[in-house]
Amino acid sequence: MSKTTTRPAVRKPEAENGGAAPGAGRPTLEVIGLRKSFGTLEVLKNVSLAVEKSEMVFVLGRSGSGKSTMLRCCNRLEEPDAGEILLEGQPITGSGVNLDKVRRRIGMVFQGFNLYPHLDARRNITLALRKVLKQSRDEADTRAAAALTRVGLADKAGNYPSQLSGGQQQRVAIARAIALEPAVMLFDEPTSALDPELVGDVLGVMRELKEDGMTMLVVSHEMAFAREAADRVVFMADGHIVEQGPPEDLFTNPQHESTRAFLSRYSYGP
Amino acid sequence: MSNLDRFIETFLNGAVLAKYTPAILQGVWVTIELSILIVIAGTLLGTSLACIRAYRLRPVSFLIVIYADIFRALPPLVLILLAYFGLPNVGVTLSSSTVLFVILGLTLGAFAEEIVWAGITSTDKGQWEAARSTGLGFTQTLIFVVLPQAVRMVIPPLTNRAIAITKMTALGTVIGVPDILNQATTAQSFSGNASPLTLAAVAYVVLFLPFVILSRWLESRFAWKKG
Amino acid sequence: MDQLIQQFFNIDIMVQALPTILRGLGMTLLICAVVIPLGLAGGLMAALASTARSRWLRWPAVALVDLFRAIPPLVLLIFVYAGLPFAGIRLSPFVAVAIAFLLNNSSYYGEVFRAGLISIGKGQWEAARSTGLTQRQTLTHVILPQATRNVLPDLISNTVEVVKLTSLASVVSLGELLHAADLARSVTYNASPLTLAAGVYLVLLWPVVRLLSRYQRRIAV
Repeated sequence: MSKTTTRPAVRKPEAENGGAAPGAGRPTLEVIGLRKSFGTLEVLKNVSLAVEKSEMVFVLGRSGSGKSTMLRCCNRLEEPDAGEILLEGQPITGSGVNLDKVRRRIGMVFQGFNLYPHLDARRNITLALRKVLKQSRDEADTRAAAALTRVGLADKAGNYPSQLSGGQQQRVAIARAIALEPAVMLFDEPTSALDPELVGDVLGVMRELKEDGMTMLVVSHEMAFAREAADRVVFMADGHIVEQGPPEDLFTNPQHESTRAFLSRYSYGP
Repeated sequence: MSNLDRFIETFLNGAVLAKYTPAILQGVWVTIELSILIVIAGTLLGTSLACIRAYRLRPVSFLIVIYADIFRALPPLVLILLAYFGLPNVGVTLSSSTVLFVILGLTLGAFAEEIVWAGITSTDKGQWEAARSTGLGFTQTLIFVVLPQAVRMVIPPLTNRAIAITKMTALGTVIGVPDILNQATTAQSFSGNASPLTLAAVAYVVLFLPFVILSRWLESRFAWKKG
Repeated sequence: MDQLIQQFFNIDIMVQALPTILRGLGMTLLICAVVIPLGLAGGLMAALASTARSRWLRWPAVALVDLFRAIPPLVLLIFVYAGLPFAGIRLSPFVAVAIAFLLNNSSYYGEVFRAGLISIGKGQWEAARSTGLTQRQTLTHVILPQATRNVLPDLISNTVEVVKLTSLASVVSLGELLHAADLARSVTYNASPLTLAAGVYLVLLWPVVRLLSRYQRRIAV
């Protein structure tokens, strides 16, 4: 099996991205011809997707459809076998790329929060500011405070993760990502590990981020939220993007069989 | 003379104790100094090697594993004798204290490497991913995110091992390090009385019991957190 | 370099020392055969006492275990071998080694077993007792098998330490592996017999050490 060396010919990004206005320049994040296998299991089979600036794109699909893998390939936590990923028009796949530089431009929020348990909320945020952006302690603290305020946790700066609820931990994790002022944020099932009553807070923060113009790619099962807040919904099945479009269209009039089957199971969900 | 009198006469003889306490106190200082040096050197060495191993460079890791295995499998006394009697014949003359420090430091280093390495490998993969996703490099992630958590995790087993190995400073007696045991056996043969040995045992208990109790406390605290 | 090989890896001297060292190995194995079962039995007792419900049993047991974990085994050995004769108790080196190691090993094995006993939930006791098993039956058939399995790596690792500890017997001139090698060294003025002894220990213990590391990693991942 060939590795990253095989790059398919770059196709016009407009070809695959349904809702974006033409002529708006390069998309913020572009995925072209992505392939990924784990052993003999082919998880991603030629996936292409573009996320425009300030756009919130929701990726739906059953577990095992490849959506999380696709997301994790976007900042190369998983190394794609083939295909290309462009951030603001610059390729980030291939061996010559400074991955650490790229990654701080791509924020990521994990299902399991992954806060550092030995650091309080403030220092969870300032670690990368100080070590990656080389900010002074004061600069970093100021920016951390601003980020915590944005997620509504200004008063929790001194709390350790173990002293915070799941929803608060996830909001600190979001603050950790936005403090680096990323060009795009990836959300990997950000509410799946939360108690139902805590989901709303996290979604509220995501909505505010969108209103502030953040570019977001979200893998999640929060259908109601997707319908209300997303600019575009992408449906994945079996390693392919089978369908995409504005949420109203996709939810009310799904074209593909597997989309219909998926939606019918969720239609009475939260 | 009653049995009790005879016992006290033999093992807790006031006159003998008074006479040899200063010598044994000197031994106490030697034991303390060596113990501190061994613990510092051993944990630093072991932690550094575990970190180097995290880079997974095959030949380097292989050498680290060989070292750790050998020093975990060999009795320290064998190594002490080997170094103390063997090295001078190849032109390397080390004092008995240095030999003891080097061998026990290397022994603790070997165990510490294995323990810290276990801590590093058992740190949640999500921690690596989260740190790398914010642009921290491998080394930064290792030092600022993974190692602090690993160290916290391995403090109880590391404490236990450090106690066991610093106690082995008593082995220095065999090659003439003037530690507690050495002073006591010398005093015993001069005085013809077992009281110095009692005093030595007491000195070790006073020195090490606090740490044994500390390790018990650390372990129970650790167990509570897990449950 | 030549000198180094001459001094540490002299084949002629190793061959010469081999019979002595093999006899020493025999003694080492004999000591192990005595002190390991003794230590395991003593450790089990210590563990049962230190987890007992009665504090009159529990506290002294914990205190004794901690006491013998604080005293270096060599100090214990010399106290038993060289101290007790002053009180008219004269022991052979072998018996002295057995007694000193029993005290030391029991406290270490005791801590391992204790961790194992604690790891078994109260539910197992309750379930077994509710089926009519006696306390002793519950312990031997339900609790101990599980407890032992839970701490097997620690038991093995401690046993490695016990085998290494037998080298201390050389200090009281019990002719085990290290003593034999050191005798050969002092006769030949050459460290090669010690290297050979180290090699024997490695052959004996390296596989176990490797196995333990493997096992540890499997749990960790």
